[in-house]
Amino acid sequence: MEHIVIIGNGIAGITAARHIRKLSDKKITIISAEADHFFSRTALMYVYMGHMRWRDIEPYEPWFWEKNRLGLKKGYVETVDTSNKLLHFKSGEIITYDKLIIASGSVTNTFGWEGLELNGVQGLVTKQDLEKLEKNAPNNKECPRAVIVGGGLIGVEMAEMLRTRDIEVTMLVREDGFWSNVLPKQDAQMISKHILSHGVDLRHNEQLDKILGDGKGNVGSVLTKKGEEIPCSVVGITTGVKPQISFLKNSKIETDKGILVNRKLETNIENVYAIGDCAQQREPIENRPPVEAVWYTGRMMGETLAQTICGKPFEYNPGNWFNSAKFFDIEYQTYGWVFSENKMKDYEAQFHWKCASNLRCVTISYNKNSNEFLGINTFGIRMKHEVFDKWLNEKRTVDYVIQNLRQANFDPEFYKKYEAEIQSIFLNQSVNI
Amino acid sequence: MSIVQRNMSLTGEPPKTINTQQKLASAIGLIGLSILFLALLNVNFPNKTLWLTASLIMMGGGTIWFSTAAYLNKHEGIKNDGVYFKSLTSKGFWAWALGVILTLFYVVLYWFPQYLGLVKNGENKGIVALFDPLSKLLNGGPASQWFVYGTLYTLAILAFGIKFILKYRHNKYEKLRTYSVMFFQLGFAFLIPELMLRLNSESFSLPYYDLKNIWPLNYYNFEQYRVDQFISAGDIGLALLIFGIVSIFIITPILTYKYGKRWYCSWVCGCGGLAETAGDPFRHLSDKRQIAWKVERWVIHSVLVFVVLMTTAVVHSYLGDNSSKYWLTKDVFLISVAVILTVIFVGTFIYKREELQKDARLGAIGYFLIIITLIGFHYFSGKTLFLFEAETLRQSYGFLIGAVFSGVIGVGFYPIFGNRVWCRFGCPMAAILGFQQRLFSRFRITTNGGQCISCGNCSTYCEMGIDVRAYAQKGENIVRSSCVGCGICSAVCPRGVLKLENGPLEKRIDSNEILLGNDVDLMNYVNK
Repeated sequence: MEHIVIIGNGIAGITAARHIRKLSDKKITIISAEADHFFSRTALMYVYMGHMRWRDIEPYEPWFWEKNRLGLKKGYVETVDTSNKLLHFKSGEIITYDKLIIASGSVTNTFGWEGLELNGVQGLVTKQDLEKLEKNAPNNKECPRAVIVGGGLIGVEMAEMLRTRDIEVTMLVREDGFWSNVLPKQDAQMISKHILSHGVDLRHNEQLDKILGDGKGNVGSVLTKKGEEIPCSVVGITTGVKPQISFLKNSKIETDKGILVNRKLETNIENVYAIGDCAQQREPIENRPPVEAVWYTGRMMGETLAQTICGKPFEYNPGNWFNSAKFFDIEYQTYGWVFSENKMKDYEAQFHWKCASNLRCVTISYNKNSNEFLGINTFGIRMKHEVFDKWLNEKRTVDYVIQNLRQANFDPEFYKKYEAEIQSIFLNQSVNI
Repeated sequence: MSIVQRNMSLTGEPPKTINTQQKLASAIGLIGLSILFLALLNVNFPNKTLWLTASLIMMGGGTIWFSTAAYLNKHEGIKNDGVYFKSLTSKGFWAWALGVILTLFYVVLYWFPQYLGLVKNGENKGIVALFDPLSKLLNGGPASQWFVYGTLYTLAILAFGIKFILKYRHNKYEKLRTYSVMFFQLGFAFLIPELMLRLNSESFSLPYYDLKNIWPLNYYNFEQYRVDQFISAGDIGLALLIFGIVSIFIITPILTYKYGKRWYCSWVCGCGGLAETAGDPFRHLSDKRQIAWKVERWVIHSVLVFVVLMTTAVVHSYLGDNSSKYWLTKDVFLISVAVILTVIFVGTFIYKREELQKDARLGAIGYFLIIITLIGFHYFSGKTLFLFEAETLRQSYGFLIGAVFSGVIGVGFYPIFGNRVWCRFGCPMAAILGFQQRLFSRFRITTNGGQCISCGNCSTYCEMGIDVRAYAQKGENIVRSSCVGCGICSAVCPRGVLKLENGPLEKRIDSNEILLGNDVDLMNYVNK
C-alpha cells in the first residue's frame, strides 16, 4: 500500500489527508512537532482571551483520526533524504515514504533586530507562541506594557488579546494607517481609529530600532527609530510570516522564499509536493503573491493536491480572491481585488462609503475605463461570498453591483440596511464626475 | 494547554475581575436575596408589602446595575472575555455552589413546599407569606409556592433579559427576541393567568392557563380536572380548550413551517426564556461531542413517546363508552390517535425517508410499533388496562419529566451542563417542533461560501450542543432538529459566516461541499 507522509498538521496538510482518505485507501501519516491534533490557528487568540479552551479550537474529536485511519506522529523532521525517500527525525528515528507532502506552514518573520533573543520577545504563530504569551503576559502586574511591532492581522489580534487582560499596548506601525499596504487609505484610517478607541497606543510612521534588555535576559524596553525608549516586558513581533523551510536546507528540494512548486504543487523532486504557507509558486497566479499565507488558500491547495495524489492530476487553480478578518469589533470581508494606494493598478478606481458611526465602510474597486467591477472591501456589513463570486465571474459593472448590493447582504435578520445610502452616494458622486 | 498560574492574588485578574460598580450592584442584589432568605427562616417582617417590594427591586435593580457596569463602558460587540477563566462560568467552585443551591431550591419547591412556608388551610408563613400581598393584589387570594416561583421566574427573565440586551446591544435580532420572551413571560405566563383567577367564582372556574404553554410541554393540559373545568366554564372555557388543541395541531405547524421552531423556543417559551436570559452565561457548557448528540436523539424522543402514551391513557381513562351520550368515546379516541400517528409515520417514510439516518429510521419504526401495539392491546383487551394504569403513568411522568427533568436537572444544573439541558434532552414540545423543523420547514442557518476558518466559536457558544463548525467548514447549511434559532452562532462568528434564514425548501440541505473560491472543475470532482 502506498504510504503518503504529510509534514504538518495545519489546514493544508489535514485537508489533503482528509480528501486523500475520501478518495483512496492509501496509508497516511501526518507528522507534527507542534500539536497532537489539528487545531484552528486563526483561533489561537480566543484561548488566551478565555472565549474557548484548547480543545474547542480543535475541529475534530480525538476519535476522528483513528476512525479515518489517519496516522498521527509527533516529532520534528530534521532532514529529508529524497534520494532514499527517508525522513530523519530529531529523535533519531527514521521513516520511509512513497509520496511526501510538505505542509510545514510559516514562522514569524523578523528583520534581524538587536535583542530578538531576549525573554519576552515573541511572535504569535504557533501553539508554543500561545503558551509563551500565557507565560510572558499572564496579567497586567507581570506585564504592564507590551509593544507590538508591525500593523497586520496578527498584530491586531495580539493587541486585542492583551487588552482583554488590561495590559497596555503600544503598536509601532511603519505606515500612516493600519495595514495600509493592503487596505485603501480610508479603510485603513477607520480601522486605526477603532484600534485607538480600544485603548491601544497605536503609533503610525514609527518603526522598531532595537530591543533593550533589563540586564537579566528579559525585555526591558524598546527603542524606536525616532529615538524614543518605551519600557515594556513583552515585544510582539508581527511583521508578517515566512515559510518554515529551514529543515530542507540540506535536501535536494529546490527553495527560494518558500518551496518552489509548479501549478500542480509538485516540487523539483518527483513524488514530493508542497502546499499551504510554505509553498511558493514559480509563476505567480494572476494578482496573487507567489507565497500565500492564508487559511483558505492552504485549504484549497490541500483539496487540489489530494486529487493529483489519487490519480487525477489537477492544477492549483484558485478562483476569485477572497479573505476575511476581524479588527476588534469590526468584521472585514473582501472579494476580488481592492488594492492599497501604493499597489493600485493604473486602470483601477475606487468608490468609498463610510457610515457615520465609523464602524462600517465599503470600498468598491472598478476599472475606470470599462466600469467592470473588480472587488469589494466590506467592514461591519456581512456580504455573501457566493453573490460576489458570481458577479466577478460574470464581469458585472460597478453600477450593476451597487444597484443590486442588497442581494449580497448577509447581515443577521432585522439589522439596519445601508444599501440605499450607499446607492445614493454613489449616484451623486457619479453625477459630480 | 498548560496555563501557568503564577499570581497568588485572591481578587482575580482581568478579565476575571469585576469593577467597583459591579461589586456594589452585587451587594444590593444579594441584600435583596437575603430578605427572602430571612423570610425563609420565618423572620416575621412587619410590613410585608414594603419588604417584598424592597427585595424584588433590589434583586432586579442590582442585576440591571451590574449589567450596565459590565457592558456599557465597553464597545458594542461580543462579550466573552474570560468566560473560561471565571469560576462561575467554567464549572469552578461558584458554579457548583450555585448548582447545589438551585437544585435544593427545586427539591423544596416541588416536594417540600411547607419549608417555604406554605400552609394549606391557614395563614402562610415564611417566604410564601412574604408574597401574599402581591398575590392578593393580582389574583385576590393568598400566595402559593407556585406564585413565589412564578414571580421570581418572571423577575429573573426580566432582569437578566435586560442584561442580555445590554450584552448584545449591537445585535437587533437578539434584542427583539429578548423583548419577545420578556413580554410573553410577563404577560402570558404571569399577569394574564393570575388576573384570570380573579374571574373565578363558585359558579365559574377556569384552570390556571398560560396560553403560550402548549401541550405536550404543558403535559397536564388535557387532564380530567382541567377539561371538566374548561367545559363547565361555558363558551370561554370551551374556546380555551379548543385553543389548546388548535395550538399544537394547527398554529404550531404553520409557524414552524414558516420560521422554524425558534418562533417558540427562543421567542415565546418560558423555559427557553429563562435559558436565554438567566442561563446565557452558561450556554457554552453544553456537550458538543457526537456521543451526546446520539444520546440526545434517543432521550428526547423517548420522552415524546412517553408523553403521547401518557396523555392517551389519561384522556382515555375519563372518556365514556356510550356513543349516544357523546361522540368522543374511548374507542373513537384510541382509533383517532392511532390514525394520526400512522399518517405521520407513513407520510414521513414515503416522502422523507432519505433524510432520516439509519438510527432514526430504526427508532421511528420501533417506537411506532410499541405505541401502536399498546394502543391495539388496549383496544382489544378489556379496555381498563394500558399495561400501566393511566394514573401511574401520569404520576411517573409528572415526577420524572415534569419535576426532576425540567426543573431540578433543567435549571438546577445550568452552571454544570449548560442552560438548555431540558430543551435539548427532555422537552417533548421541542421534539415535535424539531421533527418538523428538520423535515418540513423553511428555516435553516446558511453558511457564507468558503469563509469559515474553523475557529469553533459557533460550536462553543451553541447552547444546544450542535457542532455548527462541522457544517460551516464544509460550506453546508445547518438544518438540525434541535436548533432553537437563538442566533448566537451567527453573532459570535468572527468572519460573518452564519445567517439564520427562512427560505425555499429546495436546496435547503445541500450536502455537497460547495466551498467557493476553488477551481470549479475541481469542486465537481471533490463533490463526487
